[in-house]
Amino acid sequence: MKTLLSCSRTVLLAALASGLVAAIGPVAAQQQTKAPAVNPSPAPVPGLPAQAPGASPPSWAQGRPDTPEVANIAPVVPPPIPAAVDKLPVAKLKLPTGFQIEVFAAGLSDARSLRVDDKSNVYVSTRRIGRVYAITDKAGKKEVKTLATELNSPNGIALHAGTLYIAEINKISKVDNIASQLDSPPKPTVIYDDLPSDAPHGWKFLTVGPDNKLYFNIGAPCNVCMPSDRHAQIRRINLDGSGMEVVAKGIRQIVGMDWHPTQKVLYFTENQRDWLSEDQPNDKLNRLLHPGKDNFGFPYCGGGDIPDPQFGWGHSCQEFTPPVAQLGPHTAPLGMRFYTGKMFPAQYRNAAFIARHGAWNKSKKIGGDVVVAKLNPDGTVRSIEPFITGFIVDNNYIGRPVDMEWLKDGSMLLSDDYNGAVYRITYGPQRVSMSR
Amino acid sequence: MGRGGKAGLIAAGWLAGALPVLADDLPEKLAEKLAPCLACHGVEGQSVLENVPSLGAQTAPYALIQLFMFREKMRVAEPMTEAAQGLSDGDLQAMSDALAAQPPPKPPDDPGDPTRLERARAVTEQHRCNFCHRPDYSGQQSVPRLADQREDYLLKTLREYKSGARRAYEPIMVEVLQPTDDSQLIEFAYYLSHRR
Repeated sequence: MKTLLSCSRTVLLAALASGLVAAIGPVAAQQQTKAPAVNPSPAPVPGLPAQAPGASPPSWAQGRPDTPEVANIAPVVPPPIPAAVDKLPVAKLKLPTGFQIEVFAAGLSDARSLRVDDKSNVYVSTRRIGRVYAITDKAGKKEVKTLATELNSPNGIALHAGTLYIAEINKISKVDNIASQLDSPPKPTVIYDDLPSDAPHGWKFLTVGPDNKLYFNIGAPCNVCMPSDRHAQIRRINLDGSGMEVVAKGIRQIVGMDWHPTQKVLYFTENQRDWLSEDQPNDKLNRLLHPGKDNFGFPYCGGGDIPDPQFGWGHSCQEFTPPVAQLGPHTAPLGMRFYTGKMFPAQYRNAAFIARHGAWNKSKKIGGDVVVAKLNPDGTVRSIEPFITGFIVDNNYIGRPVDMEWLKDGSMLLSDDYNGAVYRITYGPQRVSMSR
Repeated sequence: MGRGGKAGLIAAGWLAGALPVLADDLPEKLAEKLAPCLACHGVEGQSVLENVPSLGAQTAPYALIQLFMFREKMRVAEPMTEAAQGLSDGDLQAMSDALAAQPPPKPPDDPGDPTRLERARAVTEQHRCNFCHRPDYSGQQSVPRLADQREDYLLKTLREYKSGARRAYEPIMVEVLQPTDDSQLIEFAYYLSHRR
């Protein structure tokens, strides 16, 4: 298994600026001492209730820095009203030489998963406000249409043979021939609804496999708990909703999946638990080599290497399928796609781009970037490098990347749910801007 | 009559006499829009109506999210859903900012039972409420102010999040309350409404 610790030196130096290294330190520390040391009497953190003398801090407070920033830990929730175009942070984001980023579309509140059809219509899901959008481009003029409203957290969308599939918390539905009905789409038709209705980690990522089946996750309805046999898994169904199979278990929550372009193996990001410590467990990049057999360890093991203090007794992390990479503690890796276009340099061919939404369960935020994982021929991870950085400024988010998809010309579209926007990333000499 | 009806009568009484505290500082149109709100929620940020929350010094991002959800019918709780129809994005922002500028509610006259308060404090902090909501429970960004909120509204809200009856913009509270039971919700509400 590849960890950020074994990155090459040049990559380490490159990562220094972007905060990736923040994830490397704690992994090294953990390898030296298995259990965090107990503090006999920790110094009081300003503004927080003093510990009783002699009491050790709870496990999740160990490794916590002694700064006022600790009291500011809280989930980050995007404003429901999208940011105005002139407030978008593109000018502050950094990319490797030769790449440019521009605004593709703005005003899409809660923009989440992205898909592109063969007519270059762009589909954008949401997860908080129940909408699915389409962005069309007629002779250079872009328009945002709302295809559906009042859906139950429709985060997962996928396209196949002209049909748009939508995964809500408790149902999967479809609209056939979507591209010809963008101005007055019919209500989606439900194809599958044998699903739990829990809101926590109930939102799904949806993808169509090389076997023409729909793959989606059902998250664990908690921070950490013993999931039922209907939760914490990946299922697949036929395109008509029949033939459900559970193909993977022991997964806390997934918000990004994609298929290796040549090996046809499913890779996915996985978000691990909060409130264990600032620096553990690592969020993961996994791959599903044995559908129907792989168990990725939740709730017994976090990060691939940390037995859970509540559920881990009697188990070893070695029982479970390890990640192919650790992606930093609490960085919230979401969307991921393998690059199959022709615009980016050859080194990016078949590499996996991963959007790290960014941490909230850390006093000093990390992530808030897009990284690229380059693979070895056997599908293991050779290196992870920063690709787009700068979404965190002074420990606050100026945007949060969620998902990416490729346009026909090989440029990248990137969604940002914090601002309600979609960006476009190109490579090469300055091109004619597509933004209007 | 329902709660809405009773509030309506009281609203008429307020409008007949008192002007909202903010009226001098606000454009007339905004003050007009807020008047019916303050009639139920209290002109000084403090609600005296059962199960109607105090809104004084509520964080503007949180108020904005709730108003947005009412307008979009993501949260259906009359009369709020009806009241939010037709408000523009600018209205929602201006109203949230105005509510945040109101004075915070005052603690109740009854200081509460010290022994119970100490036990309730411990169980509240065990669930780390004092992190996201801040040690003084004044809230931050989209995390609401809880300090000196009405006990009945706090308990009702905690129960609704736990059962799923109240839809959340972000299902954080549902996740947080997953390992709790109702007796703890009662203690949370007691502590948060009485603590000083």
